[in-house]
Amino acid sequence: MATITPDTQIDIGHNDDPNSNYLTSSHGFLSWAFTLDHKRIGVMYLVGIFSSFFLGGIMALLLRLHLFLPDGLFPPSIIDNDTYNQLFTLHGAIMTFLFIIPSIPAALGNFVLPLMVGAKDVAFPRMNLASFHLWVLGGIFFVIALVTTRLDTGWTFYTPYSIQTSTNVIAATIGAFILGFSSIFTGLNFIVTVNTMRPPGMSWFKMPLFMWAIYATAIIQILATPVLGITLLLLMAERILQIGIFNPALGGDPILFQHFFWFYSHPAVYIMILPAMGIISELMSVYSRKPIFGYTFIAYSSIAIALLGFLVWGHHMFVSGQSPMTAVIFSGLTFSVSIPSAIKVFNWLATMYKGNINLATPMCYALSFIFLFSIGGLTGLFLGALATDIHLHDTYFVVAHFHYVMMGGTVIAFVGGLYHWWPKMFGVMYNEMFGRLFCLVVFIGFNLTFFPQFIMGSRGMPRRYATYVPEYEIFHQLSTIGAIVLGLGMVGAVTVLIVSLFNGRKAPANPWGAATLEWTCTSPPPYYNFEHAPAVGSPYDFSDLKYDPQVGGFVKDPAAANKPKPSSHH
Amino acid sequence: MLSILADASSSLFFPPEQSTFAADVDGLFDFIYYLSAFFFIAIIAVMILFVLRYHRRKGHVEQPSASHNEVLEITWSVIPSILVGFIFFYGFTKYLDMREPPDNAYEIQVIAKQWSWQFIYPNGADSDELHIPVNQPVRFILQSSDVLHSFYIPAFRIKMDCVPQRYTNTWVIAKDITGEGKDNSEHKPYDLFCAEYCGKDHSRMLAKVYVHEQSDFDAWLEDAANYLEGKTPEEGGKLAFEKKGCTQCHSVTGDNSAKYAGPPLNGQWGTERSVIARGASSPENVVMDENYIRESVREPNAKVVVGRKPIMPVFTPQQLKDNEITAIIAYLKSLK
Ligand code: HEM
Ligand SMILES: [Cu+2]
Repeated sequence: MATITPDTQIDIGHNDDPNSNYLTSSHGFLSWAFTLDHKRIGVMYLVGIFSSFFLGGIMALLLRLHLFLPDGLFPPSIIDNDTYNQLFTLHGAIMTFLFIIPSIPAALGNFVLPLMVGAKDVAFPRMNLASFHLWVLGGIFFVIALVTTRLDTGWTFYTPYSIQTSTNVIAATIGAFILGFSSIFTGLNFIVTVNTMRPPGMSWFKMPLFMWAIYATAIIQILATPVLGITLLLLMAERILQIGIFNPALGGDPILFQHFFWFYSHPAVYIMILPAMGIISELMSVYSRKPIFGYTFIAYSSIAIALLGFLVWGHHMFVSGQSPMTAVIFSGLTFSVSIPSAIKVFNWLATMYKGNINLATPMCYALSFIFLFSIGGLTGLFLGALATDIHLHDTYFVVAHFHYVMMGGTVIAFVGGLYHWWPKMFGVMYNEMFGRLFCLVVFIGFNLTFFPQFIMGSRGMPRRYATYVPEYEIFHQLSTIGAIVLGLGMVGAVTVLIVSLFNGRKAPANPWGAATLEWTCTSPPPYYNFEHAPAVGSPYDFSDLKYDPQVGGFVKDPAAANKPKPSSHH
Repeated sequence: MLSILADASSSLFFPPEQSTFAADVDGLFDFIYYLSAFFFIAIIAVMILFVLRYHRRKGHVEQPSASHNEVLEITWSVIPSILVGFIFFYGFTKYLDMREPPDNAYEIQVIAKQWSWQFIYPNGADSDELHIPVNQPVRFILQSSDVLHSFYIPAFRIKMDCVPQRYTNTWVIAKDITGEGKDNSEHKPYDLFCAEYCGKDHSRMLAKVYVHEQSDFDAWLEDAANYLEGKTPEEGGKLAFEKKGCTQCHSVTGDNSAKYAGPPLNGQWGTERSVIARGASSPENVVMDENYIRESVREPNAKVVVGRKPIMPVFTPQQLKDNEITAIIAYLKSLK
């Protein structure tokens, strides 16, 4: 395998001071913008992703505020129907393409994965950097769409509307197309990294479950994303050249577009949720100090979910006029994916049994995840069942369902994971009390925002509505108040982390007593990650880790140190 | 949160059941609801129990326990699979009933367009509100004249997309009348929504559904077919103008704001306007006269007013009869 290792990198201004870490090893904008170090790329992704999240979040708040009154809170001179449509479209598109798809894999995955395999970097550092640059470029196209004529198609770009609207569909689709490449690059890199760079002793079934999750995600990224790319290209061709692929006025088929689109976008939902599940597996185990229950099942179920996820796209189209037979088949397949997800929840619970549960902030997020993700998952049953989906499709029930899964699932896990790895990433400890407090605020705000949406949705409130009939007013108002609380909670949660950069206590190498390899290097990691190649043990065996009050973290128990270990001496 | 769940009855979650399907749909909904509430409460209860019992405190250490257990894992895979299989089965059999209209169903053509609904009845009458007879299977043949729309009546639990250049259909038997008599004022109609995003006024693409006793329905239908009768051309034209959804995009008060997608139409008769003819690159002037109005309705994109988008829908003779155009012309002439 001819790969570039950090030794051969031409890194700008890097110094070899043994006391320096990856943050201090070199300085200046260029040393970041063109770094090949996976850790810096991860951090840059983190900044980028949070900026997108912020932008999408502001839009969400505007949407929610507007919906406070049936005819809109803001006068039409500020938010008219057109503006509302653009807001929900860009909110959805930014959250999906710029934020949530890259969030865990590209930011946390990039930082953590090479450390987890005890390596110096990912398999293809240059490709990794390119994936980030592509992400920035894709983001720029979104910004172009935003500041020019914007976009009002919904993030789904359904034809024929997307072919007729005068908004900037081209800029947005080019953006999404480029982001697709970014995503493919990340996925490819992770697959090769996991396949070729695992240290001796780390067999497939000794890998941390986060790695399994990222691996399964990468498979989807590589297989599904090209379909989106092609679909978007066809859409552009259709808009520019007026050829009849999707536009019925020209003899095209608008339903074909939906098939193409969901063939990518349904698996994309698993790009969002699988890495989150991986994080939760790590957190449940570490903070309960118990080996994860049913490791093999969790590992296989990630792959099963990834593969089955390709077969269920048709459930987005139950009322599109597809034949009843097709609908029945898709409904059946849809239920088949729900089982592995359900069982994961049972596994996480069983992991806590007889444990020593540390209710640190990341664990609070993990518990919150189980609560919210269960609601998200269970409400999927209503949508998978044909008779009920007819009524619920394209209502706020769906809006609530996917926010419970994506925001309540993925975002909560992401923040939990961020809190977990934060001391490793930046070498500082945050304030636990505030960390937990804002986790609670987020939890309350979240439920207040999205639970009423289940009720109004099942009562018939359609989604993507700028105005609505007064019957739904009370539910919208609860939801809007919830969104404000949720917004404050998220801002608080991020502030706790940022503040810690300035006044946080210095983090030990292993503050939580985790057994995966990233905790064996110093916090923050040195430029080359490890001073010595780490010894591979079981990722979930905590027995030889003891808390050392002097270090303020966990260290190897000397009594257990003589135990023979499979390791990679050289 | 839990208390909301515990208090929730199906009436919190649903509008009243007004079609013969509704009870089945709600029954399935309730079944899934109680099942998920059970599992949800069980999951959260176990989670809280474990947190309380095993949380970190002085002197507490973790105890060894099995890291996997085949019997347990198989049990908790198989039981949910069976339950889910049951939901799937019940869901699709009910769905198949909802897809199979009886042969004797009364057929109504539904045309969705940005951003209004038009319902065309077998006797040629049409309306922008939906009127149907009670206790009688009614089949809707759905079409769209522009982009995707979706025909959704929550009270009936039915929804189906309207796809341009293609027919889709759905059907219903309404259980109850919404009021007595053919007069709308005696009714408490249901909502009809467009559920597929279709552009600017998607959220205003609403209509009302009136369910009548058969005799009232017949009377209403008779009137609807002959609504121009006994009216002056101006009065009839005003009615037609409103009924056919022209008011969605055209003001008759001179309002030129973005609220209206099209230009205002009052005081325009006989004036000149600058338009771009199809295929032409430079504007030309046309006078607003009978022929211009007729063309604008039948073939709106032949000449588009400078500064406007070509978004006005085509009105076919089926949607707008010649005598209606004549009446509308009379009406527009009269507008100052
Ligand atoms: C701060 C919390 C959030 C709030 C208050 C919020 C609120 C909303 C609202 C009001 C809509 C419009 C619903 C409609 O009219 O149908 C919406 C749509 C959407 N949201 Fe969020 N949202 C939040 C976070 C997120 C996150 C984290 C994601 C991550 C993926 C997300 C993804 C979407 C998507 C994909 C849509 C659909 C857009 C479309 O219909 O085209 N949202 N959200
Ligand atoms: Cu519509």
